[in-house]
Amino acid sequence: MGISLTRAAQWTMVSSSTAKLVSTPMNESLLKEILHFVEHFRSQYPQEAEHVFEEPLQWSTTLVASDFKTDYDISDSDVQSHERDSEGHPLLQLSPPTVYVRSFSQLSKLLHLAHDKKLAEVRACLEENREPLVKILGRSFASDLVIEAHDDAVSVVDRTKEEGLSKDLEVKVKLFQLFQDMDKQILDTLLKDISEQVRLNPKAVKNEVEILQVFCGGGDKGLLKSLRYTSDFEFSNGYRAPLWRQVQGDICYLVIEPCDTETLHITCSTAGIFLNGGIKQEGEENGYEQTSDTYEDLVTLLKSRSPHFAEKINQQDSAVQELSTKKEKTVNEQLQLELHTTRRNIYEPRPSGILSTCGKTEENKGHKSSEEEKKSLRQGAKSKIKAEFSASSSPGHMSSQKRKTEENKTLKSSEDEHKNLRQRAKSKTKAELSASSSPGHVSSQKLKTSAGALPGEPFSESSTESEEEEEQPYRHPETNTDLPSEYWQIQKLVKYLKDGDQIVTVHTLCAMMDFNLMQESCQMAIQDTGALKVLLNLLDTDEHKCEVKLLDCLPNLASLTPSQEEDIEVACCGALALWSCSRSTKNKKAIRKAGGIPLLGRLLKSPLQKMLIPVVGTLQECASEESYRTDIQTLGMIKDLVRNLSSDNDELQMHCASAIFKCAEDKQTRDLVRKYKGLQPLVSLLHKADNKQLLAAATGAIWKCSISQENVTKFQEYKALEILVSLLTDQPEEVLVNVVGALGEFAQIPANKAAIREFGGIKPLVKLLTSPNQALLVNVTKAVGACATNKDNMVIIDQLDGIRLVWSLLKNPSADVQSSAAWALCACTENAEDAGETARSLIGGFQLIVKLLSSTNNEVLASICAAICKIAKDEENLAILTDFGVVPSLAKLTNTTDDRLRHHLADAIAQCCMWGSNRASFGEAGAVAPLVRYLKSKEGSVQRSTAMALYQLSRNPNNCITMHEKEVVQPLIHMMGSDDEELQEAAAGCVRSIRLLYMANRNAELFTFRN
Amino acid sequence: MNKRTTQTLAENISKQVEHFSKKEVECLIREFNVLMAEQNNSGRAVHGLDRGKFISTLHSIFGLTDDRMTGRVFRTFDKDNDSVVSMKEWIDGLSVFLRGTLDEKIKYCFTVYDLNGDNAISREEMLHMLKGRLIRQPNEEDPDEGIKDLVEIILKKMDYDHDGKLSFEDFEKAVKDENLLLEAFGTCLPDFRVICNEKLLSSLNFPIKNSQSYSLLFLFFQRIEMFEGRVFQEQMEQ
Repeated sequence: MGISLTRAAQWTMVSSSTAKLVSTPMNESLLKEILHFVEHFRSQYPQEAEHVFEEPLQWSTTLVASDFKTDYDISDSDVQSHERDSEGHPLLQLSPPTVYVRSFSQLSKLLHLAHDKKLAEVRACLEENREPLVKILGRSFASDLVIEAHDDAVSVVDRTKEEGLSKDLEVKVKLFQLFQDMDKQILDTLLKDISEQVRLNPKAVKNEVEILQVFCGGGDKGLLKSLRYTSDFEFSNGYRAPLWRQVQGDICYLVIEPCDTETLHITCSTAGIFLNGGIKQEGEENGYEQTSDTYEDLVTLLKSRSPHFAEKINQQDSAVQELSTKKEKTVNEQLQLELHTTRRNIYEPRPSGILSTCGKTEENKGHKSSEEEKKSLRQGAKSKIKAEFSASSSPGHMSSQKRKTEENKTLKSSEDEHKNLRQRAKSKTKAELSASSSPGHVSSQKLKTSAGALPGEPFSESSTESEEEEEQPYRHPETNTDLPSEYWQIQKLVKYLKDGDQIVTVHTLCAMMDFNLMQESCQMAIQDTGALKVLLNLLDTDEHKCEVKLLDCLPNLASLTPSQEEDIEVACCGALALWSCSRSTKNKKAIRKAGGIPLLGRLLKSPLQKMLIPVVGTLQECASEESYRTDIQTLGMIKDLVRNLSSDNDELQMHCASAIFKCAEDKQTRDLVRKYKGLQPLVSLLHKADNKQLLAAATGAIWKCSISQENVTKFQEYKALEILVSLLTDQPEEVLVNVVGALGEFAQIPANKAAIREFGGIKPLVKLLTSPNQALLVNVTKAVGACATNKDNMVIIDQLDGIRLVWSLLKNPSADVQSSAAWALCACTENAEDAGETARSLIGGFQLIVKLLSSTNNEVLASICAAICKIAKDEENLAILTDFGVVPSLAKLTNTTDDRLRHHLADAIAQCCMWGSNRASFGEAGAVAPLVRYLKSKEGSVQRSTAMALYQLSRNPNNCITMHEKEVVQPLIHMMGSDDEELQEAAAGCVRSIRLLYMANRNAELFTFRN
Repeated sequence: MNKRTTQTLAENISKQVEHFSKKEVECLIREFNVLMAEQNNSGRAVHGLDRGKFISTLHSIFGLTDDRMTGRVFRTFDKDNDSVVSMKEWIDGLSVFLRGTLDEKIKYCFTVYDLNGDNAISREEMLHMLKGRLIRQPNEEDPDEGIKDLVEIILKKMDYDHDGKLSFEDFEKAVKDENLLLEAFGTCLPDFRVICNEKLLSSLNFPIKNSQSYSLLFLFFQRIEMFEGRVFQEQMEQ
């Protein structure tokens, strides 16, 4: 966040204390990114979110006390959070208009409360806390982030280690890393934005003007009559606009007389070119406003304004146009490059693996020693493989690669010969090799870095890479260098690695890590000695101590592997090893930390199944971690996953479906699956009913995807519902859970409810209510509940004794099942003919439901309240519930701050008032006063339910008195003005009751007085 | 030793030893007594575990099998050099062995590796400890060439003051830099996977902090069970 803020954000040029963020699209997207980051911080990094800031972030907020609900102490206009730090200070404090926040968790909550004002809050926060990181992490840390950011984060970690690693520091380091990731992500996005934007600079404008001036005059033959600047004075920065307009981005103003239309007054600004209100010369106050669309360049604007110009320019040598557009492009590129380098300086401590592969030399035809041949063969194979990997790049690029491979063919007589050569090269002794000054071996200095290949975006850069490779032979003259000493040292180490026991392994690994494994000579040594295999073997053994260290090396090494067929084998082994490691959470973190995700993303593009299976396997294993899911989505892996759904390999399909299953919790991912047309292949996987694992993964993916209604509509087109219903019987539980989950989502659409019945799905669903599997039960009750809202479905459910089964699930120990069953019960009770009687016939049912009111789970409580509300519509039931003490139980819950619970609780109270002396009992149990407080809630449903409950309660005089004391009248009068008729009526009724009581009281007083 | 003396003893020792509670010390004392009883004293009155018994204990309970190391571990435990590990030494040693902080462990490992006790690990000492850890290639002239080379590699990495040997400061800095180097010259700390059966432990509702307390808990669990079994048996007989 640091760098994006200091370098990328555009601030107004006022004194720094009061600087505002300029409202540009770039800043908007920056703010949105930050908002997104902060909003999801609490769910993504719960532990870090608890970290207490060094200093509070403070700003003037538009939020007021009444916006805060749960978990806050509200007194007058001040608000304090319940959450406190170790010294008891609240983590959030509001004394209008300033708010103080001291943890991410509170920050996330606050943004959540801000609803549509989120962006404004983030903006205010950033504007008033110019150095948020200093406040969050403390001065020393934050300066690392901004100034020493080019250092690897690891060095900071190391340093903290030396300082003694406390828990707090650990969290800080984690936060620090998160900020860095965040920074990188934001810059990526901004870069993308910029590259799409047109941005002019004075030079480009000047050039264009100069070119056009050449074609001015000359009567009808000229393009224009005249073209001039409003001001002859040019500032040193090339601008001609007055200073105060330069701040707005204005570069200069032009007055152009076209041949056919009236004079045009034009503003050239960094944002583009447009007509203004008519600035004739410098110093005029008005006339700066924009009066036309914004155009990319002068020529486009003139073309649209002057038909004569448009006609002429097409005839004229198009050089003008070309020239101008070309200029502009350069400007853009320059800007991009700037950003690139800024970012690279910050984030790339050493050349990445992608680079080193492109730093190889081409074959040299002049020399054909055995060494040379070997080298070029390797190169040939490499370029072939690379072409495969960069499938996304243009076909032209592919063909150029092929051409090169063909060139190599002359040397590449057969595979056998190739191997021989390798063998020979290997068996050569040290002395021989150092004596033969064979060219072709690349020294370390030749490692090229380019601004193009960045670890963040390996795919998009593949074309740059290839271009560079093509030019390589011309740029680098032959070098006659020996193998560097690193080569021999690594070779020696690998030998020890093979021969030594675990103590030796530790030393060799440590020594190996001290080498720059990205360096070409080191990579060659590793390839030639088969070190990768040794390392992978080690991973398979029980050397847990070294595992993390090994994982550090592996991704580094694996990036160099797809260079030869033999090495692809090794890369596959590598992927397999990663897969087997990926099962432990600790290793998942290690893989991520070692940069394994982009690598996996790259390998995912491979066409080879034996490579894809372990890669996708690893991905789906790791997708259980939230961070991976985000990466899988943002690195564009969903597309590849969807593509491989249509592969002909069951295992691969299964892993892909499984990965989608895990990732589709996220809405964007669901949309992406639809966008890449992944829904149909998923449905077609349902036909493979014999492969239960595949079926479970496919149904799981369908379930999660169907959470988006747009996807359900698509699924209907592919007739997924019918197949899903047919899968309700004779399937293992893993499949059933997903199938039923999907049906529950499908049944949210009314038409599907009937469809499920028509396909005969109700009976198996009800049957599943007796399953002992809790996960399944949660889904089944949800599906049954959704189906029960259809009357015809309800008849069948009732016949099958479904209501009783749902009731009995309230006894299940799992809170999820309890609440899910209670929701289903609501739907059943509402739609069944004689639900009241059925309920009474169940022994112990009412007792159970009242008992559940003492649950600690808010979701259970809300669902039970909703159920009570429905059941109590039957008067006899209400009487029984009252006997079991439903009134005090409900009254006890009234102090809750959970809006969802409040809504259903108020409903239940309103309903329970209908019997006997319950109104008075609620008042005695102290339920009235807290209910009045609910009126402050912003939630419409809570207001309405509360007003109804208060109306019912107000029929008891004592309750009226309590309400009046708690100042109920004012909010009620406010609500009488609401658009919601029910709310109006309830509020008015309540006020009426209070008024009646008052009148009665006065009459009584008068009466006594008279006597 | 009856229950009360054990308790008073445990109370005393637990005040002097870090990382163990009184209850845990009590269990360790019992464990010690069990081991003492198993030891063949051939009539002599000894006040501690002798070398043989101690090493076989390291072998059976803690999974330490490297003979070169177990001997050194015995020497390190036996602080007063009387050739037996007394009860106090036993508990003292185990506190580092099982629950030591990184600093304590660095000190402990260094003492184990410093064969002649001159506060430095010399080339010769390293050579001695690493000998035989590389499979010897038949065609090599000097059988120890590889090891000698390895020692140089190690010195290059760990000998910060370039005096040709590892002082305690060198060792400490290297280990803090790379924790894997803690047991750089041989395994001398318990291998927890051998004794730690996580599944069994997860059935216990102890607030377990790290894998090391796991092992000890397991140890206790096993012993306490045995012990309790014995006690209850006695009660029933009465």
